[in-house]
Amino acid sequence: MSVSAYLILAAVLFTIGAVTVLVRRNSIVVFMGVELMLNAANLSFLAFSRLWGDFDGQLAAFFVMVVAAAEVVVGLAIIVSLFRTRRTVSVDDENLMRR
Amino acid sequence: MSPASLAALVAPVALVAPPMPPANVAPGGVATAAAGAEITINWVTLSPVVIVLGAAIVSTLIEAAAARRRPRPSGPAQPAYLRPLQAGLALVAVAAAGLMALRLALEADKSMGLNGDGAVVIDPVALYLQLAVACCALLALLVVADRTVQGESAFAPQAAAVPGSEYEAKARQRRLSQTDVYPLVLFATGGMMLFPAAGDLITLFVALEVLSLPLYLLSGMARHRRLWSQEASLKYFLLGAFGSAFFLFGAAWVYGATGALRLSGIAAAVQSPTGLDPILVVGVVLMLVGLFFKVGAAPFHSWTPDVYQGAPTPITGFMAACTKIAAFGALLRIVYAVFQALEWDLRPVLWTVAILTMVVGTVIGLVQKDVKRLLAYSAIAHAGFILVGVTSLTAEGLSGSLFYLFTYGIASVGGFGVIALVREVDAEGHMRGEATGLDQWRGLGRRSPVLAGAFAIFLLSFAGIPLTSGFVAKFAVFAAAFGAGAPALAIIGLACSAAAACFYARVIVAMFFEPAPGGEAAVGAAAEVGAAGLAGSALAGSGLGGSGLGGSGLGGSGLGGASPGGLGADRSGVGGSGLGIGVRTLGLTQIAIAVSLAFTLVLGLVPGWFLHFTQELSQLLS
Repeated sequence: MSVSAYLILAAVLFTIGAVTVLVRRNSIVVFMGVELMLNAANLSFLAFSRLWGDFDGQLAAFFVMVVAAAEVVVGLAIIVSLFRTRRTVSVDDENLMRR
Repeated sequence: MSPASLAALVAPVALVAPPMPPANVAPGGVATAAAGAEITINWVTLSPVVIVLGAAIVSTLIEAAAARRRPRPSGPAQPAYLRPLQAGLALVAVAAAGLMALRLALEADKSMGLNGDGAVVIDPVALYLQLAVACCALLALLVVADRTVQGESAFAPQAAAVPGSEYEAKARQRRLSQTDVYPLVLFATGGMMLFPAAGDLITLFVALEVLSLPLYLLSGMARHRRLWSQEASLKYFLLGAFGSAFFLFGAAWVYGATGALRLSGIAAAVQSPTGLDPILVVGVVLMLVGLFFKVGAAPFHSWTPDVYQGAPTPITGFMAACTKIAAFGALLRIVYAVFQALEWDLRPVLWTVAILTMVVGTVIGLVQKDVKRLLAYSAIAHAGFILVGVTSLTAEGLSGSLFYLFTYGIASVGGFGVIALVREVDAEGHMRGEATGLDQWRGLGRRSPVLAGAFAIFLLSFAGIPLTSGFVAKFAVFAAAFGAGAPALAIIGLACSAAAACFYARVIVAMFFEPAPGGEAAVGAAAEVGAAGLAGSALAGSGLGGSGLGGSGLGGSGLGGASPGGLGADRSGVGGSGLGIGVRTLGLTQIAIAVSLAFTLVLGLVPGWFLHFTQELSQLLS
């Protein structure tokens, strides 16, 4: 299978993730959209790594996975603390300041 | 989250980031380990970053060792030495890093550069930006470490406690303090110092996250108005992560188009056109989008006002100054790496974003009625002005941008420091949150002339009035834009700064020439707020502004059904409570304000030597 197929898949995944972030209202689902975008980036790194025949892209993917894990820790901590206060994770209810 | 887990996550990253395996390992070869021996790391030039991140890890360990019990009435108290120790460690580390960066910058020449095989590029510009980050972070840390004479800092006693719960009340009663703030600030500062020195797409991404993740948490730690703070934290996190994802996807495609992760390799690869140019353009634009998110450039600025308003004020000052310096440093590095080849593709993008950012920041800033929010829109407008300098892509533009970043950073730390001192006081005389409503600031000049005078000078500097550093900075970037054949950008910039001067002047007029709120004035104020609110809603398309007319004043209509009543209504109505000006604190904030003021005035009155310094740096780079 050619590299371009993987790249198209990565672009599709990235778009789905971005649309999820923009459209969905549940902050956990929004966050999942972000993770999907990061994984799309990982897939492109791997595909390009194959294209160029070196290990740089695979190395990058490892770093991205570590950083994404750290991001999950921070993000879920924020979402959970907000949920304990408000009993909701909808981003629509998050508009106290614009009054 | 516990500090230990953050350290566990970030520490390996910090240690691994410099020594990257070399590029272009032979296909099929598992030679990475053997080749790793060739990498040389110059620890001296890396030392500013290493000092800060090392101190961050030590600070985290201290935090873990002095772990608090749950705030039960009978439990042991938090050790008294903890807060001074953490604050002292943070201040010393950042000061040491700044001094080290200064020393290296003074003896910098062209021969400096690649480190860890190019993963980190310590050149004069990187050192200058590290110095600027260290200066601003040091001043911001003073504001962070300050507390009132009653021992209240700007941070929640227990950030994990549910606002309004009994648990929180106990934590407050027992005078706990969230000392995790210091390691978090140190990690963020370390990331910010690494970001403009990154010479590699992976280092860029890791540094971006190391600087962002602590800031997401810090935004949610305000002592007062905790719901706003948590909201700011969530918004910053979701949009920041969204921006990072764009950056990363862009980085992947740039790697795909050039086959290199090193910026030097990318710069070499873009010289020879290949069939992959569209991929390269898409990648670079996506990376820029990620950075535009970070600097708060339109149309990616929507998080800025909410986060600036909701975050604890010392943290707002910290991120307004340091994030901007770091992110623009990285932006400059990326743009300079690829620009020669992609000039025709990138120029329209940079132009559009610069113009949009200046216009949006200025126009929406005009109708703001909250001081922190107003400074947030001012920050957006300033991002646009700096982009004008970046876009010109000449040595003058570079030196102008560098000068601008430093002066803006210093002035914004000082400005937010002043805001941190102007507090509300309730009927019993207890200090509450910051009085950020513009109406509450009326008459401040009579009650506290020194504080109001300092704030006025910062505002004049933001507005670019002569004899302040802001004027010199604006002059430098606009002159560079003229010189680079972009007079249109400079003219739009000038028009925007003229318009922006109106809203700075509004604050100054309110402080010095209007009576303090109360009595008859409160009625007029309520009507004015309502009118401003309506104008705002007409612009923003949200029907919320009208609620100001409903007699509830600034406090607005509270929280809506889902949340416990009264928590967010920490804010008083117009004239509802007094203003505690010149809050009695340890005096650290005042020191920070005084230093920022000194910088702002000195660089405004005698800017020559500093401009010369930045010009020399830009010559060294090109």
